[in-house]
Amino acid sequence: MATQAFQKIYTKLNSITKATCTVKASDVGNDELATVAGRLAQVVKIVGDDVTLQIFAGTEGIGTDAEVVFFGKAPTLKVGSDLAGRFFNAYGDPIDGGPDVSGDELEIGGPSVNPVRRKQPSELIATGIAGIDLNNTLVTGQKIPFFADPDQPYNEVMAMVALRAKSDKIILGGMGLSNDDYLFYKHAFENAGVIDRIISFVNTTEDPTVERLLVPNMALTAAEYFATEKNEKVLVLLTDMTLYCDALSIVSNRMDQIPSKDSMPGSLYSDLAKLYEKAVQFPDGGSITIIAVTTLSGGDITHAIPDNTGYITEGQLFLKRDTDISKVIVDPFRSLSRLKQLVIGKKTRTDHPQVMNTAVRLYADAANAKTKLENGFDLSDYDERVLDFAKEYSEEILAIDVNIDTDTMLDIAWKLFQRHFNKAEIGIKDEFMKLYWKKA
Amino acid sequence: MTKGIVKGIIANLVQVEVSGPVSQNEICYINLGGVKLMAEVIKVLGSTAYTQVFESTRGLRPGDTVEFTDHMLEVKLGPGMLSKNYDGLQNDLNKMQGVFLTRGEYTDPLDEDSTWEFTPIAKAGDKISGGDWLGSVPESWISHKIMVPFGFEAEYTLKSIAPKGTYKITDTIATITDPDGQDIELNMIQKWPVKIPIKSYTEKPRPFKLMETGVRTIDTLNPMVEGGTGFIPGPFGAGKTVLQHSISKNADADMIIFAACGERANEVVEMFVEFPELDDPRTGRKLMERTIIICNTSNMPVAAREASVYTAMTIAEYYRSMGLKVLLLADSTSRWAQALREMSNRMEELPGPDAFPMDLPAIVSNFYSRAGFVYLKGGATGSITFIGTVSPAGGNLKEPVTESTKKAARCFYALSQARADSKRYPAVDPIDSYSKYLEYTEVQEYLNKNVHPNWVKDVTHTKDLLLRGREAQEQINILGDDGVPLSYHDKYWKSELVDRIILQQDGFDKIDQSTPMKRQEYMLELILGICAMDFVFESYEDVMPYYIKMINICRQMNYVEFDGADFKRYEDELKNIIEERRAK
Repeated sequence: MATQAFQKIYTKLNSITKATCTVKASDVGNDELATVAGRLAQVVKIVGDDVTLQIFAGTEGIGTDAEVVFFGKAPTLKVGSDLAGRFFNAYGDPIDGGPDVSGDELEIGGPSVNPVRRKQPSELIATGIAGIDLNNTLVTGQKIPFFADPDQPYNEVMAMVALRAKSDKIILGGMGLSNDDYLFYKHAFENAGVIDRIISFVNTTEDPTVERLLVPNMALTAAEYFATEKNEKVLVLLTDMTLYCDALSIVSNRMDQIPSKDSMPGSLYSDLAKLYEKAVQFPDGGSITIIAVTTLSGGDITHAIPDNTGYITEGQLFLKRDTDISKVIVDPFRSLSRLKQLVIGKKTRTDHPQVMNTAVRLYADAANAKTKLENGFDLSDYDERVLDFAKEYSEEILAIDVNIDTDTMLDIAWKLFQRHFNKAEIGIKDEFMKLYWKKA
Repeated sequence: MTKGIVKGIIANLVQVEVSGPVSQNEICYINLGGVKLMAEVIKVLGSTAYTQVFESTRGLRPGDTVEFTDHMLEVKLGPGMLSKNYDGLQNDLNKMQGVFLTRGEYTDPLDEDSTWEFTPIAKAGDKISGGDWLGSVPESWISHKIMVPFGFEAEYTLKSIAPKGTYKITDTIATITDPDGQDIELNMIQKWPVKIPIKSYTEKPRPFKLMETGVRTIDTLNPMVEGGTGFIPGPFGAGKTVLQHSISKNADADMIIFAACGERANEVVEMFVEFPELDDPRTGRKLMERTIIICNTSNMPVAAREASVYTAMTIAEYYRSMGLKVLLLADSTSRWAQALREMSNRMEELPGPDAFPMDLPAIVSNFYSRAGFVYLKGGATGSITFIGTVSPAGGNLKEPVTESTKKAARCFYALSQARADSKRYPAVDPIDSYSKYLEYTEVQEYLNKNVHPNWVKDVTHTKDLLLRGREAQEQINILGDDGVPLSYHDKYWKSELVDRIILQQDGFDKIDQSTPMKRQEYMLELILGICAMDFVFESYEDVMPYYIKMINICRQMNYVEFDGADFKRYEDELKNIIEERRAK
């Protein structure tokens, strides 16, 4: 960003830490942007005329005589329809070699939606993945993370969800993405031929850590533009929120804040809520849906990051490798979509809730039968049948590479029920049995 | 008025250099380019006042001017609050323009143009003081009392009162004379600082009356009382919010105040959408007509979140002073504690456990102590029953907010992850949870008199059955089905019968979602009757199918109208099943 004539320039830093520096300056606003020796920085604390700046790219090599230039405004993003199809860095500057975006400049991290103006989410997002559509249906305006261990293929699954979901725009916010994963997303989007409805804000592991604090707000500001100005259905992908939180804890540590649980800042809940609560169904039809990734350490969901996330988001999705079919599935037991009640059986076929519950119950019986088998007990005839059912259920419906619509999922479920069980074992309401239980 | 100038800004903590006197908790407005940001003084050091701003401080600069107001954070009280949706500072959210909240937009909590049918209660010449009823106006189905402002503590004389008629809330409805002979005109509006309890009552006895919630695991096993306090801790996904919504829909209260404190906006939207549609089972009116929602969702400013619970409590105290039975629900008090932590952290106070402020237990218990059952001056009674949720970090109940709350609240409804996972809703753990009120002799007398002569004994017995069942189950799991005496299976399944019929409740079923006390009493006596019987089994394999059969019939009974033909039919069927194996 070029220096302009009226900007104030200071050249004497009082203190420098790994992420922040302090300069004596006057007439500076809170949250204001500046550059320190050409690196972008933001005001985080003002006491008297001591202004503390957080330098996104880190302070390596910054001298006490570095030039500090204040911009007189908070971080902004230029928004316009030509954002579509483009790749940007954490500052909103193009990294795909294309031209700058023209359009209005919007402050990022803007105000919240008035709760009484929100609409109740009621529109289903179909992904073709049964672990989601059948068991944990997503709804526009929802926010939901994948809780995944680092070795799980969460980026692949998320790209698949994004590409299959029927949305007008997909906005990727990549935080601490490895260069390989960044290229994976890029290729996945290009190969799918949908590049014109995708916008990416990417901070890779090659970029400075603190920069990634800007990424979610950049992505969500772009999302708000398309959802309010164009009334579009926008899907925002945020990966990986754990790395975002790590950056938060670094900054809070440098500012001498007292850490709370797991060395995270005490404001972690509010910080995350401010992002996730941007998911909304607007009254005029536009919506923002957030699908995020929170990586876990050894599956521990009591760690402060997944724990606070769980209290904010509307459910969570777990991936699991099903050893029967050696494929990844969305875990039917631990995953939960809190908003599914708003659409299943209403926007989908009326037998959906009952078929969903019955299939999961039978799948649970199969898990018990497996435990029995492992402990060396004999299996009953019912046990044998649920095991057969579970395998086919995984293979024909749950496997992540199966791509079918919800009606087909329900039809296959009925077929499997009928193949392995009698009417009493299914225990579904008579009105549905009459409709879908085919006479032999 | 004192004025000041901004000196320092750390997130929403703003240091202001003041030119005159300033008091703790005083409200001030910071002028940011023409927009006025509301803030509260939370510390004073020399001539520097530390203020927490209820809005985003983006763009605020040293040198910006500040005006102090000489009063603390107040709510505006008067007729017209019912059915309103307020933010944490009592701004009427519906009056705000635009889809997005605008910084510095403050709206009137009352409707100054609305008119009300006033009927006087007091007469000219009456000696009156703060909290006395001057007259009443009908607000929805509530008789809203117009009271002498609570701050008027001396004895005043009522000089004149407006005759029965239609008035605006700003019209003068009474003139009173103070001890010095000065006349004061009163209208229907009064203001009160939220951090100070309203104490316009003569006595606050121990609560003794049962407060029905319609939720069996609460009413039967660990009852809440009118004016009692309780809290619901539970990990995410255990059903805290669903349980609170269910209580708010079914509780036997005159009005409900729901403080959505730092939680999901979509959950509040659910109330906005459902409550105007749902019927209140007692009055037949819509639920919204007895509800006030204070909504400060997690993305709204943190400082206002802290204020929101106090705003809700003060409005509750106002309605209690009219002789009403108020139920106050807060979801979740942990978010309020976290707001305190954020501020304490910015003020660089020495931290207590988990970085919460040292005085957290004191703050929590002070807040809970504002609930209670009271005798008002005229002899009428009123009550605030308070139930808060707690969201313990990592689901671990050994954390500061849960521990502080446990010391303050008298009822503990622990939600268990294991019960939630096995879809046993409501997931209140019957063995860990408790109601201290069950030990109060007043409450015991009330229950035995009004529910059933042996009620307290029966409830204790039910808890024993559940505990014995759990012990039997543990033994069965260790020793195997055939490694334990047959009676262990019987004990376990008797506890399952109690669990599945009395404790578990279908919150989405029209009939089962709320159970009146009479029906709870009938079902408990029925189930205890079965549990007292001996049954004959040949082997342990017979036990489960037999009890499952009984459980299914009893569950059908829960789903049909009490004492209807279907109910009788299922009961007869149950009797036949009982006879099949009953020991002669």
